[in-house]
Amino acid sequence: MLENFEKELLKTIADISGLPDAGAFNIRRNGESAGRHSTENITIEPKKDKPGIDIRVMPFTSHEAVHIPVIVTESGLNDVVYNDFYIGEGAEVRIVAGCGIHNNGECDSRHDGIHRFHIGKNAKVTYVEKHYGEGEGTGARILNPVTEVYMDEGAECEMEMVQIKGVDSTVRDTKAHLAENARLLITERLMTHGAQTARSDVVINLDGDGSSAQIISRSVAKDTSEQIFYPRAVGNSRCRAHVQCDSIIMDSAKIRSIPEIAANHCDAQIVHEAAIGRINNDQLTKLCTLGMTPEDAEQVIIEGFLS
Amino acid sequence: MLELKNLSFTVDGGERGTEIIRDVSLTVNDGEFFVITGPNGGGKATLARLIMGIERPTDGQILLNGREITGLSVTERARLGVGYAFQQPPRFKGMTVRRLLSLAHGNPLPEDVCCEYLTNVGLCSREYLNREVDNSLSGGEMKRIEIATLMARDLDVAIFDEPEAGIDLWSFSVLVKTFKSMSRRKHKSVIIISHQERIMQLADRLAVIADGTVADLGTKEEIFPRLMNDLNDNCGFREG
Repeated sequence: MLENFEKELLKTIADISGLPDAGAFNIRRNGESAGRHSTENITIEPKKDKPGIDIRVMPFTSHEAVHIPVIVTESGLNDVVYNDFYIGEGAEVRIVAGCGIHNNGECDSRHDGIHRFHIGKNAKVTYVEKHYGEGEGTGARILNPVTEVYMDEGAECEMEMVQIKGVDSTVRDTKAHLAENARLLITERLMTHGAQTARSDVVINLDGDGSSAQIISRSVAKDTSEQIFYPRAVGNSRCRAHVQCDSIIMDSAKIRSIPEIAANHCDAQIVHEAAIGRINNDQLTKLCTLGMTPEDAEQVIIEGFLS
Repeated sequence: MLELKNLSFTVDGGERGTEIIRDVSLTVNDGEFFVITGPNGGGKATLARLIMGIERPTDGQILLNGREITGLSVTERARLGVGYAFQQPPRFKGMTVRRLLSLAHGNPLPEDVCCEYLTNVGLCSREYLNREVDNSLSGGEMKRIEIATLMARDLDVAIFDEPEAGIDLWSFSVLVKTFKSMSRRKHKSVIIISHQERIMQLADRLAVIADGTVADLGTKEEIFPRLMNDLNDNCGFREG
C-alpha cells in the first residue's frame, strides 16, 4: 500500500494519486515494483539481467498512455534502473515518467534512470519526465538521468523534462539519433535553489535527410546554486536544428550556458541562441502596478517562465 | 480625486541636479477625463510615474481621495485604485494574455470577459487569449494588451502613457471609442498622456506640461486655440 505522502509524490511527478485505474503502468518504489499493469497494446516486463523494465508498444497503437514513475522514500537508497522502450511502427503513445525523492534521513538518496527509446517508423511519442525532491533530512537528493533516443524514419518525439525543485544534485545526459524526416523537440525546464548543482548535456545527431530538432532550455537559478548547460546539435545531413537556452539568474547563483552547433553537411541549417539575465525591473514594476507585492511578482514571473 | 501639490522631482547630475518636474500642482476630479500633453522631454511621463509611485518626488505631496499617498509603494497605490499603462509595456515569457488579464483583474477571468476586453482594444480576441506576452507579439499588439490590463480593473485613477503610440489607424479608431466609453462607466478618473488631437478632443480638461511644469491648464475649448497658436508661431513646442 502506498502511504499518503507517497501518493502526494506521485501526484507531483506523474499527476496520478496512486495506481492508475486504466492503461499500462509500472510504479517503482524504493527499488521495487509497487504495481504493474500491461494492456493489450502495451506490455511491461521486468528485465532478467538487471534492474529495470522493457516497455513494448505494438505497431499502430493509437493514443494510449503509459505511466512509469519512480519514488524513493528510503534514506540512503541508491537506485539504478534500466528502462527500454520499443515503440512499434506508426504507434502513438504518451509516456509519463518522473522521479520523486522524499529524504528525511542523513544519508544520500539517489536514483539513476537509464532510459533508451527505440522509436519505430512514423511513430509518435510524447514523453514527460518530472523530477522533484523533498524531506527534512540532511541527506542529499540526487538524480542522474541518462536518456538515449533512436528515431527511425518519420518518427516524432516530444520530450518535456522538468526539474521542479528540491533536487540537490543532478547530472543529465541526453543523446539522440534522428533518421530521415524524424522530428525531435526537447523542452527542458529546471529550477535550482540553495546550494544545488545541475548539469545537463544534450547531443542531438541529425543523421537523416529532412530531420529536424529543437532544444528549448529554460532555467532559474536561485541562492548559491550552480547550473551548466551544454546542448549540442550535430547536423550530418540535410537537416534543421534550433537550440535555445534561456536562464533567469538570481541572488548569488552561477550559470554557464554553452550551446554548440556543428555541421558535417553543407545543407545542414543549425541555429543557436542563449541568454542569461536577471528578472527585468519593468516586469516586476508592471505586476506591482496590478497590486502584487514584489515577492509575489517575482514568483509569478518565475512560474510563467518555467511553465 | 487626485491632487498633486507642489510636486518636484530632481535627478542627480551636475552640481544641483537636474529638475525634471518643477513645482507642479494639479487636481483631477472624479469622473474627469484629463489629458496631459506637451513637448517631448517636458516631463509628462515622469509625472505619470510619480503618480503611480514608480518614481518618488523630491518634494511635494500626492493625495488620493484626500489621503496622502506620497510615501506609499507602487503595490499600495495599486491596491488603493491607481493604475498605469506603460508607454513601453514589458514582455513576459511563458505568460499568456489570459493569465495577464486575470492577474490584472485579481481573479481568474472567464473567457468571454477576456474576449470583451481584447475586442475593445481592437484585437481579435480568441486568437490572442492563449498567446504568450513575449517577443512574438508586435509593439502595437503589446500596447493594446497593456490597455486591456487596465480595462480589467476598476480604478479610481487610470493613467495611460501615450496609448496611441505604435497603434495603426484602424485600431486607433476603436481605441478612441473605447476611451470615450471608459470615461463614462469604467474608471472614476482617466488621465491620458497623448499627442493625438482625437484623444485631446475627448478631454474634459487638458494640461500642457513643458520644461517640467504646468505651462497651461484648462478646458479643451480654452486650451486648443492657444495650443494651435503656439504651434503656428513655431515656438519651442515643436523643437522640444
